[in-house]
Amino acid sequence: MTVGLQHYVVLSAILFSIGLYGTLGRRNAIVVLMGIELMLNAANISLVAFSRYLTPPALTGQVFALFVIVVAAAEAAVALAIIMTIYRNRRTIEVDKIDLMKW
Amino acid sequence: MALDIAFWILAVVSVFAALAVVLLRNIFRAALSMMVCFLMVAGLYATLGADLLAVVQVIIYIGAISILIILSIMFTRDVWQASSSSVVGLPAIVASVLFGGVVIFLTLNSRWQTAAPAAPQPTTSSLGASLFGQAGYALPLEISAGLLLAAVIGAMVLVREK
Repeated sequence: MTVGLQHYVVLSAILFSIGLYGTLGRRNAIVVLMGIELMLNAANISLVAFSRYLTPPALTGQVFALFVIVVAAAEAAVALAIIMTIYRNRRTIEVDKIDLMKW
Repeated sequence: MALDIAFWILAVVSVFAALAVVLLRNIFRAALSMMVCFLMVAGLYATLGADLLAVVQVIIYIGAISILIILSIMFTRDVWQASSSSVVGLPAIVASVLFGGVVIFLTLNSRWQTAAPAAPQPTTSSLGASLFGQAGYALPLEISAGLLLAAVIGAMVLVREK
């Protein structure tokens, strides 16, 4: 069976689900961030696969993947800065202990 | 066919590395297996004929984001082992399995109008043309430059010692 579009989209769905579990289910804020990065990577795989198999001459999907990578880099920098500030102030980075604004 | 074998190897290794990211107790090992997963994704871009994206993936994800994450893991060293159990264990598993199942079901049951994939061409010049060209993505490119500048300044302001 030759590898086609469906293989890539299914793989991307699997990676996205794993990242979703890491984001929803883990306590450590850094693991939550790693889950988000996994989800962005999975979305990028889908974008590039669609760009290759559905619209071969146009590279729109790859351009979008480039922008996703840029936004992911900015998001990682700001998120890690927030995590380190929280760690300096409260000595924890567990998301269920950061409940300062929880009513 | 060589590309198919490469796809299967990359897919299996990336899924196992991603599972290790979310399941390992030691966060440092999780970060290292996240680097493996990013490298496999770069290989997947290469099998899709996206040469520039594969290189960009290696440079930005493995070279920058992973190093940033490992650095902040080292800064928050004394809470490494404390993150063992999960906050909402079963609902998170149910939500992610449900999401993945629905997406896989929809993917396998929809009729994609796939064009026959052409032989891979070098994409760098055409990507540059569509990023900087007349009817291209020049405005989003400038906005993303502003976003990066704002992110750098914001990160420095946040972590600065008062």
